[in-house]
Amino acid sequence: MLAATARVTRDLDVAEECVQDAYVAALGAWSRDGVPDRPGAWLTTAARRNALNVMRRARTLQSKLPLLMGPEADEMPDLDQDAIPDDRLRLVFTCCHPALARDAQIALTLRLVCGVATGDIASAFLVPEPTMAARLTRAKKKIAAARIPYTVPEAAELPARLDAVLTVIHLLATTGHTAPSGDELVRVDLLDRALDLARMLTALLPDDREVRGLLALLLVHQARRTTRTDAEGRLVLLEDQDRSSWDRGAIAEAHRLVDAALRAGPPGRFTLQAAIAALHAQAPSTAETDWRQIVTLYGELLARWPSPVVALNRAIAVSMVDGPAAALPEVEALARDERLAGYRYVPAARADMLRRLGRHDDAAAAYREALALTANRAEREFLEARLAQLAVD
Amino acid sequence: MAQYAVLIFERETADEMPAEVLDAHGRLPERIAEAGGRIVAGMALEQSGTATAIRGDLVTDGPFIESKEALAGVFVIEARDLDHALQLARMTPIVEGGVEVRPLIGFDVPEAA
Repeated sequence: MLAATARVTRDLDVAEECVQDAYVAALGAWSRDGVPDRPGAWLTTAARRNALNVMRRARTLQSKLPLLMGPEADEMPDLDQDAIPDDRLRLVFTCCHPALARDAQIALTLRLVCGVATGDIASAFLVPEPTMAARLTRAKKKIAAARIPYTVPEAAELPARLDAVLTVIHLLATTGHTAPSGDELVRVDLLDRALDLARMLTALLPDDREVRGLLALLLVHQARRTTRTDAEGRLVLLEDQDRSSWDRGAIAEAHRLVDAALRAGPPGRFTLQAAIAALHAQAPSTAETDWRQIVTLYGELLARWPSPVVALNRAIAVSMVDGPAAALPEVEALARDERLAGYRYVPAARADMLRRLGRHDDAAAAYREALALTANRAEREFLEARLAQLAVD
Repeated sequence: MAQYAVLIFERETADEMPAEVLDAHGRLPERIAEAGGRIVAGMALEQSGTATAIRGDLVTDGPFIESKEALAGVFVIEARDLDHALQLARMTPIVEGGVEVRPLIGFDVPEAA
C-alpha cells in the first residue's frame, strides 16, 4: 500500500501519512457501513486519493520542496492490481540505492518495505531510537533532495543494483541481536523479515538465479536457527550443533532452489554460498561433510568475489581435504593481509592448524592472539579450552 | 529537470593535462546532450597552489581543504533524476580522481547591470 501511494507522492514521508490517514478513515467508514469486499483495494484507493489531494495542495502553495511531480499526478489511474507488486519492487530498489549508505539502506528497507517500527529497528541494531530515527530522516531527505528516482533500474544496471538489494537482505538475516533479558528488550526477528523479503523477490523476479540463491541460503540459516544458540542464548559452534533438530523441510527446499539455480546458468555469489551451506546442512557430521566439493565451490566464489574472508574459508576447507600443512601457508599470508587485521577467525584458524600439526607453542600464541580479539562468550570458552588442552598434551 | 553540480577532483601533477583529455572535455557538452541532459555552465579552475583561503581574519596560501585530489573544475548539469545525473557525470573525462554529484538548491547568473 505504501509502495502504491509513494508512486503518486514520490515523497516517502507524505506517503506514510496518507496510508495512516486511510487506516483511520477505514475504522470510521467500515464500522458504519461494514467491511468492503476488497478491503485492500479500498485502503489503497483511499491512500492514493489522500496523496493526490496533498499533491494538489502542494502545487497550489507553489511549494519549493523537490517533490517529483510527474504528469501522472493529475489523474488517478485505474487501480492496476498487476502494478502493485511492481511498486514493492520499486520501493525496495529505492531503499537500497547505492547513493545511500549501507546502514541507511538496511534501516530504510526494514522501515518502509517490512513496516518495522523505528524503535524495534533501533533495538535490533543496538543503537538508541533517536539515532535510528535520525538515520531514517537523513536517508529520506537524501532521496528527496538528490531526487533518487522511484523506479526499478534499467536492464543494464539491474545486476549491480540487485546485488545491493540481495546484500542488504543477507545482512538483515545475519545481523545478530541481543538475547532477550526478561521482558524488557523488544526482539525483532530479522531472519523472518529477511525471508519474507527473499520470498517477495522470488515472486516478483522469478527468473533471477541469484534471488533464488539468496532464498536458498536464508532457508539453510533458518533450518539451523534453533540450534545456533543454547538455552542461555550463547552461541553454539557448527560442529556441536544438534543436527537432528535441523528443519529438514527447509533444507530440502533450499536444495531444490540451489539445484535449479546451478542448472540455469553460471552461478553468482549467493547461489555459491547457498550451495556451500547446503553441503554443510546435508552432512550428518562435520567429519562426513563433502569438503572436497566445498573447496571447489569456494574457489568459484573467490573468482567472483575476491574477498579475503572467502579466501580464509577456502583455506580452512583445504585443510580438511589435504591436511593443515597444505593450508597453513595460505592462512599465514592472510594473517599479513591488512584487510583482515582484527578479524579473530584468522588467528583462530591458524591456531587450529598449528595445533593439528603438533606445533604447540606456536598454536598457544595464536590462540592467545585470537582471544585478544574475541568478545563472544561461547567463542572465548572454546578458545580457552583449546589453550588449556595444549598445556596438558 | 533537476540541476546538479558536478565537482571534478584530480590528482595534481606538474605535467600539462594530456591533449586527449582536453579534447574529451571539449566534446562533453555534446555527449551530455545526446544522453538527454544539458550542461548549463562550466568552470575550469587553475591548480590548487594558486588558491587563497580566508578563514575569519586569517588569509592563507592554498586551497581551503588540503586533499590528495584537488578541486579542478565544477560544472552544472540538468538531469531528470539522480540516476540520470550519475550517468551523465560518469562521462566526465578524469585522469586520476573522480567526481562528486550534488543537487543544487538553485543556480543563478545575475544579468550585468
